[in-house]
Amino acid sequence: MNRKLLASYALAAAVLAAAPFLLDAYWVDVLNSVGLYALLALSLNLILGDAGLFNMGQAAFYAVGAYVAAILSTRLHVPILWALPVSGLAAAAFAAVVARPVIHLRGDYLLIVTIGMGEIVRIALVNDVGGFTGGANGIFGIARPSVLGHRIRTPQDFFFLIWAFVALTVFLFHRLEQSRFGRALNYLREDEVAAEGSGVNTTRYKLMAFVLGAAWAGMTGSLYAAKMTIISPESFSFWESVLVFIIVILGGSGSIPGVIVGAFLVVGLPEIFRGFATARMLVFGLVMMVMMVFRTQGLLPFRPVRFKESDVPRPT
Amino acid sequence: MSALLELRDVTKTFGGLTAVNDVSFDVAEGSVVGLIGPNGAGKTTTFNVITGNHRADRGTIRFQDRSLVGMPTHRIVSLGIARTFQNIRLFQQLSALENVLAGRHCRTRAGLFAAMARPPGQAREEREAVARACSELAFVHLSDRTMELAKNLAYGNQRRLEIARALATDPKLLVLDEPAGGMNEQETDDLVQLIGKIRERGITVLLIEHDMTLVMRACEYIVVLEYGVKIAEGPPAAIQSNPKVIEAYLGTEEA
Amino acid sequence: MEQFLQQLTNGLAVGGIYALIALGYTMVYGVLKLINFAHGDLFTYGGYLGLTLLTSLLLQGRLGAVAGVLVLAAMVMGLVGLLGVILERAAYRPLRESPRLSAVVSALGASIFLQNALMLIYGARVQVYPEGILPQTAVSVLGLQIPLMRIVVALVSLVMMAALYLFVQKTKIGTAIRAAAIDQGAARLMGIDVNRVISLVFLIGPALGGAAGLLVGLYYGQVNFTMGWIYGMKAFTAAIIGGIGNIPGAMVGGLLLGVVEALGAAYVSVAWKDAIAFLVLILILIVRPTGLLGERVAEKV
Repeated sequence: MNRKLLASYALAAAVLAAAPFLLDAYWVDVLNSVGLYALLALSLNLILGDAGLFNMGQAAFYAVGAYVAAILSTRLHVPILWALPVSGLAAAAFAAVVARPVIHLRGDYLLIVTIGMGEIVRIALVNDVGGFTGGANGIFGIARPSVLGHRIRTPQDFFFLIWAFVALTVFLFHRLEQSRFGRALNYLREDEVAAEGSGVNTTRYKLMAFVLGAAWAGMTGSLYAAKMTIISPESFSFWESVLVFIIVILGGSGSIPGVIVGAFLVVGLPEIFRGFATARMLVFGLVMMVMMVFRTQGLLPFRPVRFKESDVPRPT
Repeated sequence: MSALLELRDVTKTFGGLTAVNDVSFDVAEGSVVGLIGPNGAGKTTTFNVITGNHRADRGTIRFQDRSLVGMPTHRIVSLGIARTFQNIRLFQQLSALENVLAGRHCRTRAGLFAAMARPPGQAREEREAVARACSELAFVHLSDRTMELAKNLAYGNQRRLEIARALATDPKLLVLDEPAGGMNEQETDDLVQLIGKIRERGITVLLIEHDMTLVMRACEYIVVLEYGVKIAEGPPAAIQSNPKVIEAYLGTEEA
Repeated sequence: MEQFLQQLTNGLAVGGIYALIALGYTMVYGVLKLINFAHGDLFTYGGYLGLTLLTSLLLQGRLGAVAGVLVLAAMVMGLVGLLGVILERAAYRPLRESPRLSAVVSALGASIFLQNALMLIYGARVQVYPEGILPQTAVSVLGLQIPLMRIVVALVSLVMMAALYLFVQKTKIGTAIRAAAIDQGAARLMGIDVNRVISLVFLIGPALGGAAGLLVGLYYGQVNFTMGWIYGMKAFTAAIIGGIGNIPGAMVGGLLLGVVEALGAAYVSVAWKDAIAFLVLILILIVRPTGLLGERVAEKV
């Protein structure tokens, strides 16, 4: 990883680590929201940014993860942090099943299908399918997590849990970027025909992008459930999918630092302008339109730097 | 002994148009075969059927005695057929090195877990893949452009980069679709040399070209298509004097 | 049997509305290959503008019920059509050469902007249409009591669709629209002013959507600012079912969806009514992505 980026991350980490001690609970909670959206954006970035698949239904995977965690916690009394990997697996399995029949669809059509799937999931949750989703009221009474005996309750506690997970995700996803897997996703995004023609199993990688992105969204869902202790279908609406989609595009599709910055701006900024409620949404819509005209590539488009000159063997 | 690639009665229809009609020919191992014909003759479609981009409606395609019909393209690549495209399909936003590395994909194995956990085998595999990619770049004389983005390369260099990427897949058969398209005389000359060197590596070459001088110099066997039908085949000298071929082209020989 | 026929006619009326909105999506997609996410909001504007004009101008008082409504419809359609043209100029024209995703994001931004502007002006609560604009009587058809409004809505939709179909098939400009939808480059070379064609499409499509909004306001007696989302999604589904870009397809798709939904709600479950539309959408996309009447688009290698 290039040195400048590493330094930026170190600086950001230092500032963030100090934040809970300097800000009041409200703003720490805002940062928690930013963290969760950053995770969602990173998960969607795999699918939309790296693989180039138009997905506007990420909230569905988020919901699956959250609800699995909630059900495990409230019905089977599974400690929420143990539910984390299960949520991820559940969301991944769901994605594997649901994406398979539609994965070959062309861009726009795939976009529409993902929107449809997101809505079907939400409607299924509201209609209490299977009898354990709690319908429109959702599920409440989700347990708080505890790590090594220390109970995680306050916004400050959650801050460290969430941002530790963000840090882990950033680390793992940068590794992915620098690997055969990450390159395959990019090949498929740049030119699917050429990728297939070069020997990449494009169908398989598209599915894997979806499955991995879903897994991460699912795990984020369980963190969300633990933090809120109550979840309901409203939190997983189409609007949520749109929000994450916008964060990825505005932040810089395919760029890990870009989408994190995107999360800060898209989630954090409106908080600063909270007083303006509807007007700020108006501005938000306007910003989206304007940005596409003047800066299509997003705020912080960052081409993954793979290989430095020193990696390349030179003839002696 | 059967040929490396055998096509028998291959037919492909699009709607009302029969693009390839009962075409049969062989590509002998170690040879350089040219597929020529006027525009619209069905040459690229034939290639697309071989590489799995289209599925033949009828007929058989056998590569090393295995049927290719219905096989997905990436599997055909693993079996040993690599191609370049008529309209250059490079990964424009990626570097030359990354482009060629795509060719190594099917010859390497590291998956998701290896990507995140980085076991020692993975690091070695990466190094070897990079080294191999660099040697292919050297082979096509693009070493000095290793880190450059594909979109910034000159046209002729882009064509050679595509060939490097195809070579990186360790093919037994290299299928080139109009590799000299847009090249000047010097570049075409270099290309003929390159094809010769590829052949010396033991790779069989099947190419489509409109540039007759290249075809006559580089190919030892030629198949001629017109309106989807094979009208002639044979060594260059025979093709040059074949009246049906001359008629089909009506003197559109490019200098 | 009676229940069935009632639901069938209800489905046709609602389907007619879906079809009118669907036409807007399909026409825009045909010429620009873009999903106009803001179209549902334009439909909503139709409903709200209709309300405002109705209550402020009191046309029905001055011109009588039928003439009043017709003038009202013309005004609403004109205004929403104008809004559509402005939308195209502001949000989509600058992005003609940009990657597809940019236009999608811009469309979403426009939708957010429009929806919130509406909320700022009118407030978040449901707005009720004044009563008694059109007679609420029921008409006896084949022994059934069918609400007059339902027949009116269905008929009006059908008439508009027929008019559009004739326009697109028989007039020179209509042919220009079809040409631009097939191949913009070739159309330009044939001397067709593609920009004007696109502006026209953004005038007609939203105008029809606005009319649909007005119809909804009159039929159900109320409008709310989220109706654009639900109607929009369903109309969009209808357009896909018929084959996106295919005008008769959008009409067939809309009517079909309306009927399937009405029958589904009556015989299967009301709660899952909305899900039916999405399920149909996904099924169609898996089994026949080009829709019932659409055309195949192959990629040249």
